[in-house]
Amino acid sequence: MLQFSIWKKGLIWFLCLLGIFFSMPNMFYTKVEKANDARSLMEAGVVATPEMEAEMAAWPDYLPNMLVNLGLDLRGGAHLLVEVAVEDVYADRLDSMWPEVRDVLREVKDEVGSVRRQDSDPNELRVKIGEPEGMQKALQVVGDLTRPVVTLTGAGSRDFEVSNEGAVLIFKLSEAEMIAMDDRTMQQSLEIIRRRVDEAGTREPTIQRQGADRVLVQVPGIGSAEELLDLIGQTAKLSFLSVVQTTSDPDIRAGTGNVVYPDAEQEGLYYVLDRIAVVTGDQLVDAQPTFDQNGRPAVNFRFNPAGGRKFGVYTAENIGSPFAISLDEKVISAPTIQSHIPGGSGIITGNFTVEESTRLAILLRAGALPAEISVLEQRTVGPELGKDSIEAGKKATVVAFVLILVFMVLSYGLFGVFANIALILNVAMIFALLSVLGATLTLPGVAGIVLTIGMAVDANVLIFERIREELKSGKGPARAIELGYQKALSAIIDANVTTIIAALILWLVGAGPVRGFAVTLGLGIVTSVFTAIWVTRLLVATWLLTRKPKTIEV
Amino acid sequence: MRLKLVPKETKVDFFSFSKITISLSSALVIGTIIAFFTMGLNFGIDFRGGTMLMVETPEAVEVGEYRDLLSDVVEGDVTVTELSDPAAALTGEANNVIMVRIEQIGDDAAVQNDLIKEVKATLSDAFEGIVFLQTDSVGAKVSGELVQAGVLAIVLAVGAVLFYIWLRFEWQFSVGAVVALVHDIFITIGIFCVTQIEFNLTIIAAILTIVGYSLNDTVVVFDRVRENLRRYKSMELKDVLNLSINETLSRTIMTSVTTLIALLTLYFLGGDVIRGFTFAMIWGVVIGTYSSIFVASFILLRLGVKRDWDKTDNAAGTQFADIDA
Repeated sequence: MLQFSIWKKGLIWFLCLLGIFFSMPNMFYTKVEKANDARSLMEAGVVATPEMEAEMAAWPDYLPNMLVNLGLDLRGGAHLLVEVAVEDVYADRLDSMWPEVRDVLREVKDEVGSVRRQDSDPNELRVKIGEPEGMQKALQVVGDLTRPVVTLTGAGSRDFEVSNEGAVLIFKLSEAEMIAMDDRTMQQSLEIIRRRVDEAGTREPTIQRQGADRVLVQVPGIGSAEELLDLIGQTAKLSFLSVVQTTSDPDIRAGTGNVVYPDAEQEGLYYVLDRIAVVTGDQLVDAQPTFDQNGRPAVNFRFNPAGGRKFGVYTAENIGSPFAISLDEKVISAPTIQSHIPGGSGIITGNFTVEESTRLAILLRAGALPAEISVLEQRTVGPELGKDSIEAGKKATVVAFVLILVFMVLSYGLFGVFANIALILNVAMIFALLSVLGATLTLPGVAGIVLTIGMAVDANVLIFERIREELKSGKGPARAIELGYQKALSAIIDANVTTIIAALILWLVGAGPVRGFAVTLGLGIVTSVFTAIWVTRLLVATWLLTRKPKTIEV
Repeated sequence: MRLKLVPKETKVDFFSFSKITISLSSALVIGTIIAFFTMGLNFGIDFRGGTMLMVETPEAVEVGEYRDLLSDVVEGDVTVTELSDPAAALTGEANNVIMVRIEQIGDDAAVQNDLIKEVKATLSDAFEGIVFLQTDSVGAKVSGELVQAGVLAIVLAVGAVLFYIWLRFEWQFSVGAVVALVHDIFITIGIFCVTQIEFNLTIIAAILTIVGYSLNDTVVVFDRVRENLRRYKSMELKDVLNLSINETLSRTIMTSVTTLIALLTLYFLGGDVIRGFTFAMIWGVVIGTYSSIFVASFILLRLGVKRDWDKTDNAAGTQFADIDA
């Protein structure tokens, strides 16, 4: 057990050096972070200022530059978990199919007779046909509209299901298409949330999909989650609609194809509007905050050519009648069309503050979310607390570390020193692994490290106590050490496997802070077993072979 | 001169106190069950839903003032508590940190963003220089899931460990270890009922670590029991257990002390956020050490162990010991 082949010795020291090398940047955290920021700016094509040059020179690029990511609880920032109402888009999709369904049925009017859409559950389209005998033909032509769904598993399914109940044809989304749509909705939502957060210009946001319909947004450095939520929580679906009538009765019968939206400002004022929008926010190419002729905040927008043309035609045909600009099913303004508006640009006035108009412009530029989102969890850690926590964590780690080093030397003398060297290497390796793996260090993670420090000595304690026992039973130094390592091994393995099982389960089942703790605990166990079994043994063996002591005291 | 926490050789008969220890353990477990149903746990917003704000003011503000201010704005229950910081108490620094907890109203799945804004605005108007250290808000949907995940994690961990020890030892050891474990978890939950310290997600993490730690201790003792059972074939089980506990006692105490050094440092210097967590851990280490000496071995003694096992399975327990350098 005490003989090490050259290559094994080399490998052990190599791993230790690697640990020190890769943990080093964390000792100079701000310096390295600044240098990294400057470099990534350069790569993005920004011309280096003298300041950036100096920052980069402070940490040359042949040195490792991977840092431990600090979690929001240490850095300060906001965390949001939102749920996307993926089923919201089903109704829109069906609505958009209605003209096509109507048209193909009209083409075979001779056989199916009149075609009329019935009011129904939003998840299906019900069409009553005049001649029930023609249902077979109707099913066939409408069935031709469906397309196969491209999925990994659902081979052979089509996007819509067509069936009938007597003279009523039912057109609805298939299961496979709903799954595919959910996925598209999520991807779009992620993209739009990312654009909005980026527009707000914050640093290194994390935007991740979680599970089927959730998005996790973490933005370091932002002052409050409420601000973040104002930015991403709004669907921002803008539409230009023609007004059928205004009313004070919210329960008015709107009639098929119409909707009732409230006024955003004035309570008790409602608009009955045509459900199909003249132009929607999708067709905007730009939106900027501005001021109207009275000096009030407003938003300036421009349509793409297709949208601009539609808007131009509509305004030319409807001079003198009102139209409504609605945002998320509320009417923010309802001007009367004064003249034909060509060119496809315009201005939205409402009762905005400057912040609101700026935000609306961002939202319109980034695009509307495909579905509504609701916030399930929001957490903000102020930068002050983050700083306090880092300080407290550092202080606790250092103090615990020193106390344990002293305690080990007092208890085991020279062997305690060996254990301490292993302990220092152990901490270096934890930081190296965290940096290289890009793991995030949270405050519970710091607790995990401190706990690992406490427990890492356990393996050495087991071994040293065993050596003591062997010495007591009259064995010579070399033999006692050898037996000590041999016999302690099964206890070390069993003890650490059980802890790693706990860490693994924490990581799998745990959320947020718990995971951070599991990561450092798990890594700490791996490195502490390595340092206890190989590093201290190598140290002890080297010492034994060079000094050849007659008696030892552990 | 070496620091020796435990004399070189100990010959304590640990089972001579078993009447006391078993009644103590039973009393603590029964006490926990009673406390759980009468006092209950003080669940944090992670598990109950609602909003928590941690604020610091430059001047000391009475808790009552917060309550009066917020009762106008908030419909639901508001709890205001002062956070004591032992580190600040030591240095004599002023520490005006207050925790405000607002109950979730109804079973709304989503978070009440407008309410948070209003509360913040009210507090900012009332107290100049107020700093919002932390704001957490959890909707009912997520809090329900977090409870499930927490319970699942503990059950899974205990199950996995039961399986591992059964694999490596005999089933009697496995039962002994798990009884000790459940004992530790119960008593830790008990102390949270009695002290009414907030029970949140990080406490679940702490309990799972206690699971790992307590096992660690138990496994080391059991490993020695297994070894001694083979070595002293005719010795009575009770004496083998006593011998094994005595032989490992020095290690058990050493490791507990180093771990406690680390945890106590964290408790005093680690900041407000993880104080509950370290409290659970400290308690768990003390209980875990106690249970691996008194509870796990007692169960093993009661269940008895099949002594002729090494005839059938010679390599069990030494399969890792042959790893060569």
